[in-house]
Amino acid sequence: MADFLLELLCEEIPARMQAKASEDLARLFGEKLAEAGLKAERVTSHVTPRRLALIAHGLPGETQAVSEEYKGPRTFAPAQALEGFLRKTGLTQDQLEDRGGVWFAVVEKPGRATVDVLAEAVPAIVRAFPWPKSMRWGDASATTESLRWVRPLQGIVALFDDAVVAIEIDGVVSGRETVGHRFHSTGAVGIADPAAYAGALRAAHVIVDQQERQSIIEARAKALAAEAGYTLIEDKGLVAENAGLTEWPVPLLGQFDPAFLEVPPEVIQLTLRINQKYFVLRDRAGKLAPAFICTANIEASDGGAAIVAGNGKVLAARLSDARFFWEQDKKIPLAEQAKKLARITFHEKLGTVADKVERVAKLAGWLASEGIVPNCDPALARQAAELCKADLVTEMVGEFPELQGLMGGYYAREEGLPEAVAAAIRDHYKPVGQGDDVPTAPVTVAVALADKLDTLRSFFGIDEKPTGSRDPFALRRAALGVIQIVTANDLRFAVAEGDLLDFFADRLKVQQKEAGVRHDLIDAVFGLGGEDDLVCLLARVKALQNFVATEDGANLLAGYKRAANILKKESAEGASQSQTGEEDPGAALDDPDVAEAIRVHEAAFAPSYALEPAEAALVVALDAAEPRADAAISAEDYEGAMAALATLRAPIDAFFDSVTVNAAEPEKRAARLALLQRIYDAVHKVADFSRIAG
Amino acid sequence: MAEKAASLSFQDLILTLHDYWGKQGCVILQPYDMEVGAGTFHPATTLRSLGPEPWNAAYVQPSRRPTDGRYGENPNRLQHYYQYQVIMKPSPANLQELYLGSLKAIGIDPLVHDIRFVEDDWESPTLGAWGLGWEVWCDGMEVTQFTYFQQMGGFDCKPVAGELTYGLERLAMYIQGVDSVYDLRFNDPVGDRPGVSYGDVFLANEQQMSKWNFEIADTEKLFRWFRDAEAECKASIAAGVPLAAYDQAIKASHVFNLLQARGVISVQERASYIGRVRDLAKGSCEAHIEKNRAAWEAKFPGWSL
Repeated sequence: MADFLLELLCEEIPARMQAKASEDLARLFGEKLAEAGLKAERVTSHVTPRRLALIAHGLPGETQAVSEEYKGPRTFAPAQALEGFLRKTGLTQDQLEDRGGVWFAVVEKPGRATVDVLAEAVPAIVRAFPWPKSMRWGDASATTESLRWVRPLQGIVALFDDAVVAIEIDGVVSGRETVGHRFHSTGAVGIADPAAYAGALRAAHVIVDQQERQSIIEARAKALAAEAGYTLIEDKGLVAENAGLTEWPVPLLGQFDPAFLEVPPEVIQLTLRINQKYFVLRDRAGKLAPAFICTANIEASDGGAAIVAGNGKVLAARLSDARFFWEQDKKIPLAEQAKKLARITFHEKLGTVADKVERVAKLAGWLASEGIVPNCDPALARQAAELCKADLVTEMVGEFPELQGLMGGYYAREEGLPEAVAAAIRDHYKPVGQGDDVPTAPVTVAVALADKLDTLRSFFGIDEKPTGSRDPFALRRAALGVIQIVTANDLRFAVAEGDLLDFFADRLKVQQKEAGVRHDLIDAVFGLGGEDDLVCLLARVKALQNFVATEDGANLLAGYKRAANILKKESAEGASQSQTGEEDPGAALDDPDVAEAIRVHEAAFAPSYALEPAEAALVVALDAAEPRADAAISAEDYEGAMAALATLRAPIDAFFDSVTVNAAEPEKRAARLALLQRIYDAVHKVADFSRIAG
Repeated sequence: MAEKAASLSFQDLILTLHDYWGKQGCVILQPYDMEVGAGTFHPATTLRSLGPEPWNAAYVQPSRRPTDGRYGENPNRLQHYYQYQVIMKPSPANLQELYLGSLKAIGIDPLVHDIRFVEDDWESPTLGAWGLGWEVWCDGMEVTQFTYFQQMGGFDCKPVAGELTYGLERLAMYIQGVDSVYDLRFNDPVGDRPGVSYGDVFLANEQQMSKWNFEIADTEKLFRWFRDAEAECKASIAAGVPLAAYDQAIKASHVFNLLQARGVISVQERASYIGRVRDLAKGSCEAHIEKNRAAWEAKFPGWSL
């Protein structure tokens, strides 16, 4: 068994691409080996800004010899058939075996040296590597056929134990030498064998393991923060990014002028994190501290003083800009800013952002005045909606688009607008995704809901619906937001109709899945049609879910299905239709012919014969349950409706146990079928049970 | 601040870079004598990055960005500033090392200062060009844009050129340790002849040009100039003088920037103007390629467009 080391050295790989590239390399390598019948015991992969590396442990020296058998023509087949088979296998007739009158060829494939397999595999992997963006470079780029890589590929280390695996890719030749840290190391770094790789590079100031670099950054940043009396605001993404920008990470702490803290903390945080990739700190009171931690790539000879001073200066310039934006923006009232929205196109078919704002304001006002959003002042809802997009034209949001909403909230407060309006402007984009806070303040609810509903209605109105993975206007997120707001606040109204209602149903299934609600139950309630009130719908679904989990529920479902099957079969025969594997036992009942046949049955139902006891009991039970269920549903007491249905369970079971539906006498048969139809109808008051699985 | 006394003046910074890149085989050109927004617009980059001929050049290019004017009141923003531009085609295998060598030459020690290559891909819609590369950080400050051109004027670069663009004022402010561009030492005193600051040279220019760009420039004339340059560019393309056509494309681009500063181009119109400038630039590139194509193919067997 031997180990194989591969290092692909190149110019700086974008930090955001490194993790995926490292996984891709290991995966593609595994696949190529598997094609040759090889498998490593274990593969470790490493990535730094300048190298992708992989060590495959425990590879055999050669692949297994395999013997492959091919079945040929019969021995008495025409000569051409045999000739063709010999050509295909490359054998002569005397090498074939006659097995019971059929020619067989047995081809022995000897094992291949693993190094040969590797020498072929590596160039194939490199040439087909799935970089999100790749480029050409240098002399070879005189043609567009030249090798592409994320940045210029500079070297290949390929060692099978201590031997170099000879590889050449577009003039880049493999060897055992790489380079160390860009500034702390000079000349080549020789690698004796795969086991020596990480150590040799560590000696050359390169930590090849990304996890280790991340741990160093995290631990050191925390320690620096603590030494200064602050707490680090942890940020895994930023740790990974800094580990992707350094081969020898050295976190350093610097300070900035506390006067900048008058700018909203989110702005400062973004400036530090996004623009400069610095960590942010909190002071003992939990407030943003006037300090930052940057991650250098060198052990500076002055201890980092110049680096900290330089970074501090850059940061001061950036924060000055931010403060300038903050002060400029504050001079212009949001109502003034909002006028500029008339210049921004929202969508070519949907007018400007100002047009959208006007629609949202109307809708928000309506939601408030109709009492759909309770305790909401319509005037405040309108005002907040009219101003909610005004911050899009501020300098600050121009610089930091991710601060939309938030800045509007700050500016509204600075302007002295009512707190409810400021909060609504701030939070009206919420919730952004499943985990986000859902607004509950009335004015915020009205604006957040109106904004999303308007987006959904507008885009559905111009037939711009999401398809597959395409959802350019984030309509799924908007629908999810509506569902979250509506359900969290118990808002009672018709959210949508037609296509859009179906779209909500789909989103609701996805959203409720996490809450453990079965999607077939949602279908069962939506399947009744006419339910466009999401709160009511969910209450029904929940009652239904609880009910079918009980013994009564499960048995009633079984009884229902039995009844529905008989009805279906009967109506199919009655209408002389050939039914073929229809999944939905109740579907045939929607057919007008079938419905007509049932009406005939019902008309025929006048019990001129003596009812059997179970039959009579079921009639009594239905007579009692139907009005109870109706009343409960009108009162939105879905548990009550289920309880009413539950009373049917025992009579239905008894009925099926002792009564023959398919009686010889047509009158009995018709009466009993009508009884089954009553069961079916009673159950459908609550949900379309045919859509329930199981 | 021992570093400050020993640091290069603005002009010495330029002379040092000239000396350094000259020694790497670059032809040291003078600035192009037209108003441009960036060093990339110089035909020594735009047009020379097309075709198979090797080309190595370095030059300073005054760059005008009318909307960045701040009447001389912002210590970091100027409507007229300098870029130092290096273009090397094909991109040398050691371009990063050459670049780092230039930083050392101007006094930046990479064991004291933190130099980083941070992903930043470049795209110029008006030139129909894009490339991959980095912004180079020195202690968290972007000091250079480093790009491997992949396409120019909509054509694949064959071979690829490496482009370095240094922001000279920024770099000088960093090296000299000053907080305002106007405080930069432009040169150093010699004997009893005093040194001159960047502000001495350019402050009045920033004040007056900001005023002109934002308030005075006659927009009717600007619109006319744009149309004239556009027409002249098209006529020159038709007449088979792409170098002249390209000059007009540059002119149209700058006039468009002035119109932007005057605030007379609406959001909707903006895209259409950019499209018109791009058509001129691409048309000039196309004509340039057509004019040279046969010669290139003859001189570089195997090369094709």
